[in-house]
Order: sequence, then C-alpha cells, then structure tokens
Amino acid sequence: MNPDQSVPVNPGQSVSAHPAEPDSRLRTRDLRLAHGSRVVVDGLDLALPEHQVTVIVGPNGCGKSTLLGGLARTLPARSGAVLLDGRELTRIPTREIARTIGMLPQSAIAPDGLTVRDLVRYGRQPHQGLLRQWSADDARAVEEALTAADLHGLADRPLETLSGGQRQRAWIAMAVAQETPILLLDEPTSALDMGHALEVLELVRSLAAQGRTPVLVLHDLTTACRYADHMIALKDGAIVAQGPPTAIITPDLVRELYGVESAILTDPVHDTPVICPLRVTPSGAAA
Amino acid sequence: MTLRALFLRGLLPGAGVLLAAVVASLLLGAGDVGPERALSALLGGADGDARFTVLELRLPRTLVAVAVGLALGIAGALLQAAARNPLAEPGLLGVSAGASFAVVVALVLGASAATLGPYVAVLGAGAGCLLALGAARLRGAGDDPVRLVLAGAAFSGLMAAGSSVMLLVDARAADEIRFWTIGSVAGRELADLWAVVPVVGLGLLLAVLVAPALTALSLGDDVATGLGHRPGRVRAVAVAAVALLVGGATALAGPVAFVGLVVPFAARALVGPDLRRLLAVSVLLGPATVLTADVVSRLVARPYEMPLGVMTALLGAPVLVAVVRSHRLPSL
Repeated sequence: MNPDQSVPVNPGQSVSAHPAEPDSRLRTRDLRLAHGSRVVVDGLDLALPEHQVTVIVGPNGCGKSTLLGGLARTLPARSGAVLLDGRELTRIPTREIARTIGMLPQSAIAPDGLTVRDLVRYGRQPHQGLLRQWSADDARAVEEALTAADLHGLADRPLETLSGGQRQRAWIAMAVAQETPILLLDEPTSALDMGHALEVLELVRSLAAQGRTPVLVLHDLTTACRYADHMIALKDGAIVAQGPPTAIITPDLVRELYGVESAILTDPVHDTPVICPLRVTPSGAAA
Repeated sequence: MTLRALFLRGLLPGAGVLLAAVVASLLLGAGDVGPERALSALLGGADGDARFTVLELRLPRTLVAVAVGLALGIAGALLQAAARNPLAEPGLLGVSAGASFAVVVALVLGASAATLGPYVAVLGAGAGCLLALGAARLRGAGDDPVRLVLAGAAFSGLMAAGSSVMLLVDARAADEIRFWTIGSVAGRELADLWAVVPVVGLGLLLAVLVAPALTALSLGDDVATGLGHRPGRVRAVAVAAVALLVGGATALAGPVAFVGLVVPFAARALVGPDLRRLLAVSVLLGPATVLTADVVSRLVARPYEMPLGVMTALLGAPVLVAVVRSHRLPSL
C-alpha cells in the first residue's frame, strides 16, 4: 500500500545533485538510446529546468520522440542513464516513477466506447493498489483535470464521438489527473487546427504556472518559441542549442537545424521570435 | 459508467438469465422426467426416478456447466484484452484444441481418464496460448485481428488432426478420445468438478489481480508503462490465467468453442469496453451461456442429446460472422 496520499504538485524540496546547475529533478547522463541497431541519441547530457515549459524541437528523425521515450522509460537506455532526483530510472519501481513522471505518447489509442471520464480515471492508477482502491482524492483529481481541460460537458461522451481537439484534450486530462510533477507530451498538437492547438498549449502553460514541469515535443518552431520557457534544439540526436527561445533562435540555427534560410521577426505582443522561412538553403552552402 | 449503471445494465440482466438457465437445466432433459416431475422432486417429492435424475444427474451436470462457462467466459475476456483482438477466443485460437490434444496424448501413453488430473490439459492450453500468440507476432500479422484467428484456425486444425491420428493409433481408447474431440458436460460427476476447482480458482485469482493492469493495456503499451505497469509481465500473467482456466474447463468438458467469444461480446454490448466490468458481467453470462447451450442440446434431438460443443458452435458461429462483418472490428 502506498503511504504517501498524493504527489506534491509543487515540491519545494526538489533534490539537485549539482547545486551549480539549474534546479532540476529529471536529467540524463551520457545517455544513449537506440531503435534496434540504429543509435538515435548518443552521449546526451540534459537537465530539465523545474516549473518551466521545456520544448524539444528539431528536424524529422533528429531523435525528439526517441528522447522523450527515453525520459519516460518506454525506451530503455543502452548506456548512460536517466536520473530522477539523482537516482537511475531503472532502479526505481515503475509505479513509483508513474507518480512523478506522466507520459502521453503520440497518437495514443483507446478502445471503442471508452468515455472521457473513464479515460481520465485511468490517470489515477499509479495512486491505487490492491488495498487502496478508488478514493475521494482520486475523484477530486479527476474533476480537477476535467475542469482544467474544459471537458465537463463532454465527460460522458465516448471518445470516438469527439473532435480531434476534444479527444486530445481528454488524453491530456488523463495525464493531468495523474498529478505528476513532470509531464512528457509527444507532439500534443499534431493533427490539431490552430484554435485547438492553442487551447492545448494554453493548458500546458497553466500547468507550468501551477508548478508542474511540462516537457513537449513540438513540430512548429514559431509555436514552440511562443510557448517555451526553455528550448532544446536537437539534430542527429545531439543538442545543438538550448536556452530561452529569444536567446537561441537565429537564422544560423534555423539553417543548421532545417536547412532553411529564414528571417527572424518578433511577435509584437509576446516579444517571442517568429520564424519566417525564405527558401531552402542551396546544397553545399548548408552548415 | 457508475456502479449503479453497471448493476442495472449488466449484473441484473446477467443474474436473471443465469437463474432462468439454472432452473431450466434442472427441470428439462432429454429423458422422460418432465418439468412437473422434476419440480416436485426438487421440492422433496417421493418419485425415486425423478429424484435420481434431478439430484444425481442434472444437478452435477448443471454445476459442471456453470464452472465451464465461468472459466471460458473469463478466459475469453482476458485473452481478448491481452491480444487486443476482439476475435481472440480460446477455442478459435486453438487453446482448447491444444488442451484436448495434450489429454489425448496422455491417454494414449497409458494414463486413464479417471486418474488424469487437469494439469495435462493446463499444459496443453498454455502451449496453445503461446503458439497462437507467437504466430500472431510474426511479421505483418500483429495488427490484423483476422490473421490471429487464421493462425489459430491452422493450429486448431493441426491439433484436431493430431487427435484423429491418435484415434487410429489406439482404437482401444477410441471412445474416451472421441469425448476429447467434441465438448460435452453430459455424465460428468461432482468428483470431476472438484478435481479442477484448484486450477480454475487459481486462474480466477490471477484474473482478478491482473485485471486493472490489463485494462490499462487497452490504451497501448506506452501509456500503460506511463501509468506504472509492465506490459510484458501483465500479458504473461494474463496468458497464464487463460491457460489455467481453459485447461480446467477442457479437462471437465472437452473443447467447447465460441463461449469465450460470445460471452465478452454480449458483455461488451451491455457495459462497454472496460475489462473490469466485462469480467464482472462475464461471471454471470459465461455460466448462463453454457447452461443454455446445454439445455438446448438436450431438447433438439430428443430422446437423444447433441454434444454441447456442437451447440456452442451453432450459437457462436453467427456471432463470429457478425463481429467480422460489422462495419469495422471494434478495436480493443
């Protein structure tokens, strides 16, 4: 039976193994990840800043989703380690990790007929056990997640009757109900139109404001700049640049990542970079 | 779905059907003890023939059918969840055929039906599970529910052929063996039932323990991992439970196909896709289905009986066709 009744959403006591570096619960140390014999990420050292939205960007096949899978332990490390509060992820019971790290993979699937509320209730499984079944705390977390994702009117609808944006919000609500300090989301806005994508990203921002640490993979660089506190640019499984978007986004970086010449404008409202792609960099001129 | 809705939509109708089936099973038969004589015997009447028929023949037979239905219904729901395939049914996948074949081989090797425990059948069922799921993991077969059934059908055919070969090899045991090629609950005794209680009980216990995690697997392995489960271990426990349940049921009644398909199919229509609710309702619908099939099998060819396995196939084949022909297969 689980002695702690709920996971603190805003842990003030977060452990930092390296006091000189930014406050971080989840890190990697010399991490290598591979699909079969293809090494995708190698020698990666990374620290995710607490209570900030971290967005991982990079070209197709650069290892964004692979990295997220590694952080979420769905893809085991070939060498090196992912460290949670200084402990290797492989040495922590998976259920205990599930109370600290939430994970929403790309294009998740659900059985037909599953309702929104049923789905969100799954988020409470890490907090339950044989002896500790459904509790008032679980009910509260589910209601709060439904409210956060603005799903109350749809709670009893089967998932397959919802629009893409609503369905995505339902999945995020499940991850929210898990009440994990760290939340990994793999392309949560793929297949969503502009309005639905904004809804999802605003929800993510509000989670960070509540003290959680969301980590997202996003495809669109301008959107990533708009919502990231901390941006990690990946290419060929290695970090090319990281930091606040305003500090790292340059035409040189865009060329290096995507092979595209661009002009960088500034969002007149939020002062974040807006990338205006001009043309594909002529081959030979690429970095 | 609330608990109240689960009760009203699933458990109440299930209990009603089961009660009706139990009563019918005690009152109706192929012989000349009709409902009135059976009822008065049940209520303590002095008709010796009727008392013997009802209490010594029909009552054990009813209990055996309940156990078989319980085991097969639960096994079907578990196997469908573990394989994420609405057609994954112990009979169709050759799990029952594997269990039967193991028993037949043991008989030919010299074991007698009287001393043969259910463990041989459990081993055969386990091997059947692993072979069918292994075949479905072959390249390209994983995502297509129908291919899994094709693999199972091929394996089932192979096992049936094997049993037939054994018939030729050993004519002495032919009658005993014939029982193991088509399921029936006729003539089973309470002693047979007690022999499989530990096996089926352990299978049910594993089913209860693994149900929450197995339910989470319906969201995909990555999500289930994120929720703190280990998909490989969960599937292994589920398959072990299926082997115990199907092995026990087969040791009792021979291979009875389609129960594991029909019961979860009906339960899903009543209470939706959540495995825990499916299991709760299947506990009632499984026995009800087998009992109903058994009662009908006694009545259609009076004064003779049709084997139970034939009856469940007649009942289940249309459901199989309906599932396959439905607009698209329900994804699990």
